[in-house]
Amino acid sequence: MESMNELTTYTSPNSTDVAHWYRAARTTDFPENGGACVKYGDQQIAVFNFSRRAEWYACQNLCPHKMQMVLSRGMIGTASGEAKVACPFHKKTFSLHTGQCLNAEEASITVYPVKVVDGFVYIGFTA
Amino acid sequence: MKHVILVGNGMTSFKLCEKLRKLSGDIRITVYGEEIRPAYDRVHLSEYFAGKTADDLLMAPRGWYHEQGITLHTGELVTEIDRANKTIRTHHGITDHYDYLVLATGSGAFVPPLEGVALDGVFVYRTIEDLNQIIEYGRHSRTAAVLGGGLLGLEAAKALVDLNLEAHVVEFAPRLMPRQLDDAGAMILAHKLTEIGITVHTGKATKRIAGDDRITALEFADGTALPVDMLVISAGIRPRDEVAKACGLAVHGRGGILVDDYLRTSDEHIFAIGEAAVHNNMVYGLVAPGYDMADVVARQLTGDLSKTFTGFDMSTKLKLLGVDVGSFGDPFGETPGSIPIAFQDRCNGVYKRINISADRKHLLGGILVGDASQYNIFHQMVANKIPLPAQPESLIIGTPGKEDEGAGVKSLPDTAQICSCENITKGDLISQIRDHGARTIDELKKTTKACTGCGGCTPLVNDVLKMTLEGLGVVVKKTLCEHFAFTRQDLYDIIKIEGIRTYDALLDKHGVGDGCEICKPAVASLLASIWNEVIAEQATIQDTNDRFLANIQRGGTYSVVPRIAGGEITPKKLMAIGRIAEKYNLYTKITGGQRIDMFGAQVHELPLIWEELIQEGFESGHAYGKSLRTIKSCVGSTWCRYGVQDSVSFAVFIENRYKGLRAPHKFKGAVSGCIRECAEAQSKDFGIIATEKGWNLYVCGNGGARPQHAKLLVTDVDTDTCVRLIDRFLMYYIKTADPLTRTATWLNKMEGGLEHLRQVVVEDSLGIGETLEKEMAALMANYECEWKKVVETPALRAQYRHFINDEASDDTLSFVDLRGQKMPTDWNRK
Repeated sequence: MESMNELTTYTSPNSTDVAHWYRAARTTDFPENGGACVKYGDQQIAVFNFSRRAEWYACQNLCPHKMQMVLSRGMIGTASGEAKVACPFHKKTFSLHTGQCLNAEEASITVYPVKVVDGFVYIGFTA
Repeated sequence: MKHVILVGNGMTSFKLCEKLRKLSGDIRITVYGEEIRPAYDRVHLSEYFAGKTADDLLMAPRGWYHEQGITLHTGELVTEIDRANKTIRTHHGITDHYDYLVLATGSGAFVPPLEGVALDGVFVYRTIEDLNQIIEYGRHSRTAAVLGGGLLGLEAAKALVDLNLEAHVVEFAPRLMPRQLDDAGAMILAHKLTEIGITVHTGKATKRIAGDDRITALEFADGTALPVDMLVISAGIRPRDEVAKACGLAVHGRGGILVDDYLRTSDEHIFAIGEAAVHNNMVYGLVAPGYDMADVVARQLTGDLSKTFTGFDMSTKLKLLGVDVGSFGDPFGETPGSIPIAFQDRCNGVYKRINISADRKHLLGGILVGDASQYNIFHQMVANKIPLPAQPESLIIGTPGKEDEGAGVKSLPDTAQICSCENITKGDLISQIRDHGARTIDELKKTTKACTGCGGCTPLVNDVLKMTLEGLGVVVKKTLCEHFAFTRQDLYDIIKIEGIRTYDALLDKHGVGDGCEICKPAVASLLASIWNEVIAEQATIQDTNDRFLANIQRGGTYSVVPRIAGGEITPKKLMAIGRIAEKYNLYTKITGGQRIDMFGAQVHELPLIWEELIQEGFESGHAYGKSLRTIKSCVGSTWCRYGVQDSVSFAVFIENRYKGLRAPHKFKGAVSGCIRECAEAQSKDFGIIATEKGWNLYVCGNGGARPQHAKLLVTDVDTDTCVRLIDRFLMYYIKTADPLTRTATWLNKMEGGLEHLRQVVVEDSLGIGETLEKEMAALMANYECEWKKVVETPALRAQYRHFINDEASDDTLSFVDLRGQKMPTDWNRK
C-alpha cells in the first residue's frame, strides 16, 4: 500500500478503490494536531493533521447527530489507540479509521484515504 | 434445533430475543415485525419531537439481530396461524414452521366509536409513522387537542407543545391521569400544565368530531365545542389479538390473549407476552412487566420452569412537561384501614401523599407531583416493607436534602429490586461490584443492564455503587481520562512545579496515548489558570469555543460578546456595537449578565468584527471561556435613593480585576448596593452586598439547572479585605476543584463544607493565604486581551476561515426571519 516516493500514506480500507486523488492544500496550512475543512466541489471534507502520530485523516465535515457542518473544528484524540474526532457541538466521537460513532448510536461517518506527497495533502475519492 | 417464532418486534419482543440468546445459543429464533423498522424505544417516543431520530430510538440496530443469529423480517404482518401443522403465514405469503410461537403483537391505539374519527387531521399516537404524520400535519396547524388525559395523552400533549402548537387536553374523567393520581394531585398537575400553555378540559364527554373533510372542532355532550385544527387520540390501548382470535385461541371479552402464570395461551405451544396478553384480567401497558414476561418465557423455552408471572406492580414515575409525577404501590389508599398523610403546596406546585398501614408500621403507596425525588426510596420502602419512622409525616414534610443520601440505600435488604425494568436487585449490583470488580456506573450498566430501560433507577444504582465501594475500602480515584492517571489537582501541581507550558510536554512526560476531548480542554484550562498565556497559541487543545474565541451556536455560526464591565456602557460604545452588528448582519440580544451578545457571525468574520470592536475600545468578554463572565451590578448609591455603597464602581473594578481569569468552570459575580439585592448577588459564584459598614461577601451560589443560594462567608468587611478574600477564594477554587465543577458543586463536595472554606480563606488555617494572593497577582499581571493578540498576529488570524483551500464561506448556512432579525433554521428541518 505504501509506495516509495510518497512520504506517507494513510489509508482507510478502500484506498485501493481511489479513482481520483484531490490535492487539497499544503501540509503547513493545517494546524498541528487539529483539523481544517476542505472544499471539494459541493462537498465539505474535514481533514486532520494528527502530527503527534504523524498521521493524516479525512472524513465528512457533517456531524450526523444534528446535521451540522462542523467536524473539522472538532478535537482529535485516541480511544484505546484508535484515532477519533469529537464533534464540537455535543461531543459525539467518531473513529477516524472506520467512521463509526464510538459513544452513541449515531450513524457512521464517511472516511476518506489521505496521502501526503511533496508537502501537499491529497484526499482520495472513488468518483 | 428448536425453532421459536416471535410474532411482533416491539420492546418486549426485543427483550425476549436478548434474554433467549443469553440463556441459549441452541435455539433458532425468527422474528416477524409488522413495522418497517426493528424494535424501537416506545417509552421515549416523545423525544422524537425534541430532536431524536428514528435511529436514536432503536433498541438495537439491524446488525445486532444478525450478529445474534436471529432472523428478523420487518414489514411482515403475520396473518394466519395453523396450530395443527404449527405454521404461520404472512400477508406476503411467507410460511414458516415453529416448535414454539410467542405472540408479542402489542397493542394498537383504542379509537372510540365517535362520529368523525376518519376526518383528516385526526391521528393516533402509537408508532413512528404516526409521529411523522403528526409532525407533517402540525406544520400547517395552529391549534391541536389530545383526546385522553392519561399518561400517554400527556406525552402526546408534550409532543404538540414541542411542535409549537397551541395544545389542549380533553379528558372524560374529572381529573388528569385518573389511574395514577387523586384529585388533589391531578389539580396540581393541571395547574402546572396551564402555566406552560396547555389548556386542560376535564369532565368533558366528547360527542362528535366536527368537520367536512378535515377536523374543525370537538363537540361535547354539554353542548360546548372546542375549535381545533388537529386531534390526537390517546384514549387507551387495545391489545392486538386478531391473529390469535382467528386461530381459535382464547381471548378476553374486551380484547387480549388469555395467558396463565407461565404466559401460556390456550395452546401449550403458543405464548403471549406484553400488551397483547391478558393475565388475571389485567393488560399491562408498561414496559417493566413486559420485560418480566419476556424473562419468564425465555426461561421456559430453555427448560427452567421455576419462575412464573404473578402480576406486577404498576408504580410509575415520569417527568411530564418538566413536572415530576410519581404514583406507587397503593396510590389511592384502597387497602382496608390505610391512613393517608398528604402535603399540598400550591405555591410551589408540590403535592405528596403517602398511605400508611393501619398499624402505622409500613408504607402502602402514595402519589408525588411536582417533586418526585423520593419516589425510588418510597417505592423500595413499599416493596420491602421497611419499617416507618416514628413520625411517618416526616417523610414528606422533612427538609429535603438534609438526610444522608446514601442512608436510604443502606436500609434496603439485598433482595430489594433496584431496577424494575431489568429486575436487578441490590444484591445483584453488590455482587457485581464486590465479586466481579465493577467500579463505575457504566460498567454496572454493561454487566447488569441496570438503568438501561427507563433509566429511573440511575440515582439509586449510583448510591449502591458508592456505598459498596466505600464498604470495600476502595479509594475511587478520579483520574482525568485514559490518557492521564491523575486528578486535576495532581496535574495542577505537576504543571506548576515542573514549569510545564504545553499540552504535548505534559502528555509526553506524564501521560499515555495521544489525548482526547476530555483531557485536552482540561489541561488547556490548567495551563491558562497557572500561566495565563494567550490560549490561541495552543488552539487545537481548546474546546471549540476557546479555539475560535467565540461561542458556537446552532448552525455552526458564532456569537460575539465584548466585555461591558459591571454593565456600564457609554452611549458612544453602545452605538459602536449597533453599527458593527448592523454591518455584519448580526442578531443582537441583551444577556443575563448585563451585556450584549451578537449572534450569527461566520468564522471568517470573527477577526474582522473584533478588529472593529477593539478600535472602538472594547476587549474580549470571555463569554466563550471557562472563565470570569460578568460582574452584575445594581445602580447603587450614585443614583439609587436606597443605595448605601457605590456598587457599580466596585463591580467595574472587580470585573476588570478578574477578566480573562480561567478556572475549572465559568464563574460569575455580582455587587448589590443595598440589602434589596437587585443584582441577585446571592445566585453567583461570589456575591457582594453593601451594608452600612462595608460589604457582606457570599460565595458558591449559582443559577442554572440546580440553583443554589450563595453562602455568607464574612460580614461588614472593608473594600480591601473583601477583594483579598475573593482573591484567595477564587485561587483556592482554581487549584482544588475537579474539571467542569462550578463553585457550588465544589463546596458541596468539600469535606468540612463552608466551615472548612471559611477556615482556609478567612482564617488562613492552612497558611496559604499569602501564596494564593501572590498567585492571583501573577495571573492578573499576565492578562492580555486575546482577541487583540489574534487580530494583530497574522498566523493566528489565518485559522479563521471555513475552508482551508477556498475563500468561499459555508453555503449550507441558512437563516430565517425572527421579529425583524435573523435566526438559524431549525436544525431538525434543514
